[in-house]
Amino acid sequence: MFVIRCPHCCEVREEEEFSYSGEAFVARPSAPEIESDENWGDYLFMKRNVKGWHWEMWGHSSGCRKFFVVKRNTANHSIGGAWSLTEARKEYDAEEANA
Amino acid sequence: MSDNRMNNRIKHPHSKVNLNKPLSFTFDGKSYQGFAGDTLASALLANGVKVVARSFKYGRPRGIIGAGAEEPNALVQIDTGARTTPDLKATQVELYEGLVAGRTSGWPSLAFDLKSVGGKFSRFMPAGFYYKTFKAPVKMWPIYENIIRRAAGYGKSPIEADTETYDHQHHHVDLLVVGGGATGLLAALLAGRSGVKVLLVDDQSELGGYLLSMPNVKIGGLTAQNWSANIIAELASLPNVTILTRTTAFALHDMNMIQAVELLQDHLPHSARNATQRRERMHRIRATKVVLAAGAFERPLVFGNNDLPGIMTASALTTYINRYGVACGKNAVIMTSNDLAYQGAVDLAAAGVKVTIVDTREHINPEWANRTNKLGIKVYSGYGVSEAIGTSAVQGVKLVKLGALKNIVTGSGPDISCDVLASSGGLSPTVHLFCHDGGRPKWDEARLAFVVSANGRAKDGIFCVGAITGVFALQEGLAKTRITLAEVLTDLDKTIDDSGLALETDEIAVTPARHIFHVPDGKDVHGTIFTRPKAFVDFQNDVAVSDIQLAVRENYRSIEHIKRYTALGFGTDQGKLSNVNGFAIAAEALGKTIPEVGTTTYRPAYTPVSFGALAGAHVGITFEPRRYTAMQATHEAYGAEFEDVGQWIRPWYFAKPGEDIHAAVNRECLATRNSVGMLDASTLGKIDIRGKDVREFLNRIYANAWTQLAVGKCRYGLMLDEAGMVMDDGVTACITDTHFLMTTTSGGAARVMTWLEKWHQTEWPELEVYMTSVTDHWTTAALVGPKSRDVLAKLCTDIDLSKDAFKFMDWRDGTVAGVPARVFRISFSGELAYEVNVDASYGNYVWNELMKAGKEFDITPYGTETMHVLRAEKGFIIVGQDTDGSVTPFDLDMAWAVGMKKPYSFLGKRSLARSDTSRTDRKQLVGLLPEDPNVVLKEGAQLINSSDITPPVPMLGHVTSSYYSAFLGRSIAMGFVIDGIKRRDEEGRNIVYAWAEGKAVKVKIVSSVFVDAEGARHNV
Repeated sequence: MFVIRCPHCCEVREEEEFSYSGEAFVARPSAPEIESDENWGDYLFMKRNVKGWHWEMWGHSSGCRKFFVVKRNTANHSIGGAWSLTEARKEYDAEEANA
Repeated sequence: MSDNRMNNRIKHPHSKVNLNKPLSFTFDGKSYQGFAGDTLASALLANGVKVVARSFKYGRPRGIIGAGAEEPNALVQIDTGARTTPDLKATQVELYEGLVAGRTSGWPSLAFDLKSVGGKFSRFMPAGFYYKTFKAPVKMWPIYENIIRRAAGYGKSPIEADTETYDHQHHHVDLLVVGGGATGLLAALLAGRSGVKVLLVDDQSELGGYLLSMPNVKIGGLTAQNWSANIIAELASLPNVTILTRTTAFALHDMNMIQAVELLQDHLPHSARNATQRRERMHRIRATKVVLAAGAFERPLVFGNNDLPGIMTASALTTYINRYGVACGKNAVIMTSNDLAYQGAVDLAAAGVKVTIVDTREHINPEWANRTNKLGIKVYSGYGVSEAIGTSAVQGVKLVKLGALKNIVTGSGPDISCDVLASSGGLSPTVHLFCHDGGRPKWDEARLAFVVSANGRAKDGIFCVGAITGVFALQEGLAKTRITLAEVLTDLDKTIDDSGLALETDEIAVTPARHIFHVPDGKDVHGTIFTRPKAFVDFQNDVAVSDIQLAVRENYRSIEHIKRYTALGFGTDQGKLSNVNGFAIAAEALGKTIPEVGTTTYRPAYTPVSFGALAGAHVGITFEPRRYTAMQATHEAYGAEFEDVGQWIRPWYFAKPGEDIHAAVNRECLATRNSVGMLDASTLGKIDIRGKDVREFLNRIYANAWTQLAVGKCRYGLMLDEAGMVMDDGVTACITDTHFLMTTTSGGAARVMTWLEKWHQTEWPELEVYMTSVTDHWTTAALVGPKSRDVLAKLCTDIDLSKDAFKFMDWRDGTVAGVPARVFRISFSGELAYEVNVDASYGNYVWNELMKAGKEFDITPYGTETMHVLRAEKGFIIVGQDTDGSVTPFDLDMAWAVGMKKPYSFLGKRSLARSDTSRTDRKQLVGLLPEDPNVVLKEGAQLINSSDITPPVPMLGHVTSSYYSAFLGRSIAMGFVIDGIKRRDEEGRNIVYAWAEGKAVKVKIVSSVFVDAEGARHNV
């Protein structure tokens, strides 16, 4: 029962307005046909399932209906930020580069 | 009864009870009198009622121990009929005229409980008794359980429907203060003065907390009552402050979301209750900052026979005398390990009660020694009560001399008679809310308590003040509250204004407490109850010291396991009195320190919450939103029976007088196949999709191809998820080259809309498409049957309805009954059919006009049941009934709906080539014909190879759809069978058995198209 600031509406709203939509940055392979069964299976099913900071997609389902990215700590539900898809990618890449 | 009823009421100068307002009430069938301001507990104690309950396991007589939410024994049944509520704590039930309270335990009566006979043999009923004793034979357990459960449990749930109403209220505040005691009041005032939005909640009827029980303390030179009255008055004058009393904050969730329940009417006599108002209200509070000022409960000391009626906590004894004017006896013994109990002892003595203090400490506070001496109170220092004496109520105590350093018996002491015995083992802070979202309390050895934080700021946005932080002295608590609030207000960009607030008190400085939880008795630890009385830790669950010790001997090590094995801290009080004693006793048995043992997990709810409050207005008709089509009133007038389809309420069938569902459905099916029927298909999801890239978008979303679909044409599409499994289906029409109208299943509309948006926004933002849900904008009347064209022709003259001009799977714009309409020639029944879509505002009108026009053909409206039979006769699937998320198009024998040659790898395509999905011997959907044409298979029946069910029985699949087909004069079904498509065509392998409810039915695997395989019926 946390709150999220929708980066499109620029308002802090209750969790009930949003829908969880899975791990972020799981890109669909551009040429699925040439992927091995194993790679394709990884894309479909193998999620990070981290304990700690998790980059995940949410949709503002009772609001603007935009999808965006939330960085959430799965261990304590604290929220590190919410960005549009494009902005989130930059944040994520910067963090990965520092890691 | 009245002759041996004592009156323990005294005139006390600070009592909150109004002796001019007597109230009559009944408890356990007997009438009593109390006064306005009483709780049920204080009124019962005033009337000398000692036994209020019988214990859970042993049926021992039990009395009132506490004065608030901590009470484990006095669980009562309040009120009768639909309003009856079980297991309320008598200490929290406010008295009103005519209150009817019943016991929740004790059979056949409170005076004599059959279980107490077993209790004499309680050494044979240790922890885990039931599991150890009734474990064999296994088959007998359901019978044992039935008997055991009847002997257990408290109270009765109401059996009538609840006639009361409840609601929810949402709050967004800058600061929530939980607890209206001294520190909570101060916190609310300091915040309120700064202008921030403040909400103060307190569970009692009156603010003040423990100040109500200690009226003789002075704060800033004022009596406690005047001090708090001043603050309450100022709070009331601040428009930015809201105060909710009778409101218990019972849960704290992420990011300062607090749930609290407010009791609005249960304290009023029935005549004063307002039927138009709510009984309870749940508040959902989102607070920028939270100040927890939840206080503490006093824990009793543990000793032999400590559960006798007349034994209570010292703070309860103090509360009853000072707040309610009730002296719980005439001859009191108070045992304590600390200074806290002295104020009550002095107050009680001043009221004329004989008081004896047993202090476990060798050295007592000289100031208290001085004051008790003046009042003639005898103090035994360095002694403990090892055992209470009495049968149905306490009559005396046995004292033992305690070691100066170790908690051992070093000598004997006198026996003292008494009629009330109170004890204080120190305070246990109410850390529950703090711990609900993962916080853990820390053991503070100096204060002998699990505390949250001594530094105010506990974690993000949560601050703690007062007793919850282990600060038990009032003056120190108030001073620290002031410091903490300065910090809170700085966070909120405000400054503190404490002008005119004097916070010094005249308390006596506290001296150290003794580390003692269980008073030793010097007896053999393996003694029986004949030599060694039980010393209870958890009263509500009859958990004794010996049970915890046994659990440790049986090698339970984690406190969480010891809790579950013994039931320590279970029940409605959730161990508010017992937990810390239990942890300490377990620590001793384990040879560990208390912080090494730690605490069990604190979870919501802090106190029990009614289902009514949780549900709020979400009951009955307002349980969830209901969606009706524009034709609802017409359907009702026509006698429809309805069924829920997601949130939609749809006509199920239209029974004529004397018809049951089977007769009605048979009639509707035959009328439709032989002449014309009409279905309200408005609930189908409709998504309007526009933009220059719609075709490409549909190519990627659907399994089949959309590039060639011409304007004016429709196509059936199967939608797959990325795993290749069917997730939705429907017909999509090409309106223009850049405008399509998609239909979805009724239940899948919202999910599909989200699915489309997600793929568009995340993977394919380059596609120019715009999606709008238009489900509610259109109503759809499906005219179905050989006479449908004749009916439509009467109302529609601007569309050429001839076979070749308006072909199957075409759509046309035109006018129907004078209303602009979009007509689709599509069919979910295999019959000639037209789906007439009009603006929802005209839907009911057009439906009625079609009914009139169809009258000469005996037009028959039908509901979802007939729709299902008609589609099953044609082998058409229902996504969600014939599929379950693990079914590929190939499993459905629908390869024709998969465009494997499309250039873009559509959603799910790659997965269809995975080794498991591409197996040819998967479960496949086939038609099923029972050997006996009158037997309708059970949907969900397992399909097996033989009627012999000797294990192992390989499961081949199950029946997904099954109906009686009036048109065919026999039963039909569809279901999944491993390798079903091959088996269907192989004589000898095409027989299976459908097993359900103890019967095997012989079934032949056939094609799922039962009617008109060549499609001649719609091609007219």
